This record gives sequence, structure tokens and C-alpha cells, in this order.
Amino acid sequence: MASAAEIARRDEQGKVRSRWLLSAPALVIVFIASIGPLFVMLAYSFMAKGDYGDVKPGEFSLDGWFSVFFQRDIFDDTLSLADAHLSILWRSLRLSVITTVLTLALGFPTAYFIATRPRHTREIWVFLVTIPFWTNLLIRTFAMQQVIRNEGVLNTLLMWLGVIQEPIPIMYTDWAILFGMVYVYLPLMVLPLYASLEKLDFRLIEAGYDLYAGRLAVLRRIIIPLVKPGIVAGSILVFIPSLGAYVIPRVLGGGKNLMLGNLIELQFGAGRNWPLGAALSITLMVLVMVAMLFYVRNAARSGGGHG
Amino acid sequence: MPEPAAVPDSRIAVECRGIVKQFGEGPRALRALDNVSVAIRENEFFTLLGPSGCGKTTLLRMIAGFEYPSEGSIRLHGEDIAGLPPFKRPINTVFQSYALFPHLTVWENVAFGLQMLGRPKGEIASRVAEMLKLVHMEELAQRRTDEISGGQGQRVALARALAPAPKVLLLDEPLSALDYKLRKEMQIELKRMQSETGITFIFVTHDQEEALTMSDRIAVMSKGKVLQIGTPWDIYDKPAERFVADFIGETNFLPAAMVGIEAGLARVRLPSGVEMSATLADGYVPSSEATLVVRPEHARVVASGGQLSGLVENVVYFGTDTHIHVRLDEGFTFMVRQQNSRSQSCGAEVGARVGIEIAPDAAQVLRD
Repeated sequence: MASAAEIARRDEQGKVRSRWLLSAPALVIVFIASIGPLFVMLAYSFMAKGDYGDVKPGEFSLDGWFSVFFQRDIFDDTLSLADAHLSILWRSLRLSVITTVLTLALGFPTAYFIATRPRHTREIWVFLVTIPFWTNLLIRTFAMQQVIRNEGVLNTLLMWLGVIQEPIPIMYTDWAILFGMVYVYLPLMVLPLYASLEKLDFRLIEAGYDLYAGRLAVLRRIIIPLVKPGIVAGSILVFIPSLGAYVIPRVLGGGKNLMLGNLIELQFGAGRNWPLGAALSITLMVLVMVAMLFYVRNAARSGGGHG
Repeated sequence: MPEPAAVPDSRIAVECRGIVKQFGEGPRALRALDNVSVAIRENEFFTLLGPSGCGKTTLLRMIAGFEYPSEGSIRLHGEDIAGLPPFKRPINTVFQSYALFPHLTVWENVAFGLQMLGRPKGEIASRVAEMLKLVHMEELAQRRTDEISGGQGQRVALARALAPAPKVLLLDEPLSALDYKLRKEMQIELKRMQSETGITFIFVTHDQEEALTMSDRIAVMSKGKVLQIGTPWDIYDKPAERFVADFIGETNFLPAAMVGIEAGLARVRLPSGVEMSATLADGYVPSSEATLVVRPEHARVVASGGQLSGLVENVVYFGTDTHIHVRLDEGFTFMVRQQNSRSQSCGAEVGARVGIEIAPDAAQVLRD
């Protein structure tokens, strides 16, 4: 007969085994759907490009990675920096940062407004914020086009009001991309901010006023440090998809104002340079990771990280 | 201990005059405060006492600046502050929930007000050290506020509110979250701090015992009105209204007939037919009937004689004293509290026929 300890040990082993067995489907999905493709991308970026797209599987080559940063002159073989890629990279970063800052500036008052409503009205406001998600991104982007084009709602309104005499050309500029991204990503900023603000103890704000802090000081010294987790989460949720945006720059920025997402798409499509596309994708990922690490660490250092 | 009739204006720290606070409009409007006037003197421990919903916290929040009166004026040392935001009033609050900033340390919490006032760093450091010493929290200065106990949180809240040296300190039921023993300790501490700092304290509580032991003066409130303002002695011994007498301590009410008023004292006839003299509440409106109030410890059970008589219904022993419930011949129950002494028992047996002797000047005629 087995001792009690023996039974307990076997029981424990069985539990561990069934735990793995039960989580196996999830693990398989995670591997196939997210980690697996990353390895494929990594492998592709180190292969030679095929003549009609695709890659030559057996052939190792650094050309993909090389052409992310450099270009070779077709006539005299001199090396120079890949200006086109770097300027697209720079534009993507710049537009994403501006988008994040603008959504934060617009989203914070919105979330604060919702969080200070009576409980049952709050739910209605949150519901209204989520309504844009019901429509496809492409359709929303085309709708934005109707707003900002020369004969669109915005220009017509401004001309009717007499603010401007001629329509301001917004379409196919960086401004158009910015308009589109702020519009599309704003809810992603508002929702986490609201979640943080809703938990905020408003008696602390009274305590701040009581201790001679004016409205700005209360915002800076009490509210912002306490809702920092929401600010960090919202910024990450906006910044990452902004950096990889594809549909918005394509529709609103026209063909000239590419962002990283469009450049990558180009390599897998018309460019027929899969290794370069793969290398660019991984560059984008590394960029996002570095930016996030920097941001999160910075946010944690400057006050609190608590709440 | 009669109150001086008039206090010179210069000695009044906070004066609220004709304060009305109304929520909503029309016939369904709620009057949280209804024509409230109080004058709180400098360096006074003043208590707003009343059951929950009586408007005491609303009045306190109005003095702090979190709410604005619908009507009336609030003056701080003669200056009208009713329109000033809280951060422009030299008044600090100890909140019921303490409301300590969770993202700051104990030290940073106490320093907050001084930093907002733009005081130099050296001054802040020495002032914070001084305050932490006052509340015995020097060793926990670098703790986060979620790493300290409720009693310690209470001390930090107090130090934080006292650090900017306000002219008036408001305390909103600050002891209600503490257990009994800690509460007793903090009552003594608070009293000590008030006399050490010389700051006017306005204290809100629903605990009558707390109010009696700590206050210089008490304002008893009910349903948005101030019923009586006076020293603990006034409030306890000379209650003006039935609510005040009932809310504070235990008491006996007796219906009586008014015989006459002479030299500020009333002559009343008790239900037993015996006449006696009684003091009159402030603002007494003459009428033929009167309600008399007698504290249980101001009466004595005697074998025979006394102004009242009846049968002993119940005798309850409390250690330091004994409560004797007597069913009067007229049908009322009267309670007598007698201090126990080693040598003799209270001398009352259940069912015995006894007399009740009311001490001279112990009866008071109520206003209502």
C-alpha cells in the first residue's frame, strides 16, 4: 500500500500533467499565431530575394538588412545612406509621437469629464466613445476624407463662416494623416484614462485644494501622478498602432506620404523584395520595443509608479 | 458658568451669519442649513455636535470652502471669505477619511501645504520635522501612506493640516475610524495639540461624550439648525430644548404647570402637586405648561419625603454607580443615578415605596 506522502506526490504530478494538457491548445495557438510568424519573418530577412518576390530558401544573404539602411549607386557602386527609408522612418516616429501627444491632450479632459458624471450617465458616455469601433477602419478613414478634402465639410464650413477665402488643402499632407490617426486612435486613449480616473479618490483633490494647491498644481501634483498607469497604458495603445499604421496614410496621405507600414507593404507587393520587407518589419518591432522600454522606465522613475 | 454677553469682535476667529444652504429648487428643495449663525472665538476648541444629516459637516465644508452658502456670510477675523476658493483660505482640514496622498511618503504629505505656499526648502524641512515630532511620527517619515496603521494615518493627517500653521483647523469626525482605546488617546492628544499650537479648532462629531470631554464650547445641531451654543456644562446641565437634553446624556422629562416667574427663576408645580423653583432656558416663551428636565444624578432616592414619590421598578448596578428606575404615582418613569460607596447600598429594593428628592436648582424649564 502506498503511503500518504506517496499518494500526495502522485496526485501533485497528475495535477501538473493535466495543467499542461489543459493549456496545450492555448499554447499551440500562441505559438502558431504569434511567435511562429515572427521566426518566419526573422528567417526571411536573412535570405536572398527571389526574382518574382518570395525568397530563395537555401541562400543566406544580408542584402535585406543592408538595404534597410544603405543604398548602392547603380552606376558607380558607391554606398550612401538610404535617405528614402530613413525619412519614412523619421516621419513615422514623428507622426506617432505627435498623435500620442494630441490624443492625450484631447483624451484627458474627455476621460475626466466622463469620470466626474453620475454613475449611470458615465456608462452612456463610455458607450458613446466605443461607437466608432462598430465601423470598419477603412470606412472610417474614407469618412475622414470626406471631412477634410477641399470640398469637404471642414473647408466648406470655414469658408461659409468667412474664416478662410479659399479651401485649405489638407488631403495628401502629413496633416491629413495626423487628423486621421488622432480620430481613429482617440478612443484607445480615452478608455484606459477613464479606467484610471474613475478609481481616483476625489477627496484627495479636495485635500489638495485645502493645502493651498491651485487648480494647475492639483492637476500636476495629485491627479497626473495618480492616473499615471492610465496615461502609460493609453500612450502605449496609441503609439504602437500609430507607428505601424497602414490604411490611414494610404488613404489620407496619398502615394507620396508613406509611413513604415506602407513601405513594408510595398516591399512585399510591387517592390518584390521580401527580405527587405521582413527586415523592415523587424526594425519596426525593435523600434517599438525600445521606445516602450524607454517610456515605461521613464514613467516609473518620475514619481510614483504606484496606484 | 454664565457666558459673557458680548465678545469683542477682535477675538472672534470665524463668524457665520445667517447661513442657508439649499439643494434643489421649489417645493422639493432640501435645506441642509437653515439660518445658522455661530461665532467661534480665537484659540477655542469649538465642536459642532449632532446626529448624521444635521448639517454639521456641510457647515464645516463651507468654512473650508468646498461648498458655498446659498445665503449668509462667513467671516474670518472680520474678513468676508464666503467667495474665496479653499486654496486661498488660511484654514486647513483633517478629513474623516484622512485623504492622505497615496503617491507621496509621510514626509512629502506633511510638506505638501508648505511647498504649495512656496516656502524655502530649509524652512519646510525644519517645519515638517517639528510637526512629525509633535505627532510622534519622526521614525516613519519615509514610509508610504499605505504602510502605516489607521492611528498613524490620523497623526499624519493632523501633522499635514497643522504644518502650514493655519488660523483655523477643521476636523471632520477624525476619530470615528479608530477603536475605542486609540480614540481616547487621540482625544487627549488633540486637546494637547490645540493648547500647544494655540490654533482655533472646529471639531465635528456625533459622539456626545467626545464633545463634552474635549470642547470649550459646543453647538448642538439638528435638522439644519443650531439649537444651542454653550460650554459643555451649559449644554449638559442647562439644555434649552428637548432634543438637546435627549441627545446628550440620559435625562428625565417631567410635565409641569407654570406658576410664575420671579427674578429669572420659574416657580412650577410638579404632577405630584408639590411646587419647586427651576431655572429657565434661554429664549423661553411664557406659557402655562412647561416641560421640566432633571438629570438622573441630580436627584436622590429617599425613604420618605421628596418632591415626587413612586415604586422602585428596577435597580441596575453599573460598578461606579447604580441606576434606580422609579415608577411615579402619576405613571411616568423617573431614573435616578446614585454613586456607589463601599459602606452603604443605594437603599432601594425593587417594589419598595420611595420618595425622590430633586437637588435645588437642578430642574430646568425647556424652551419647547
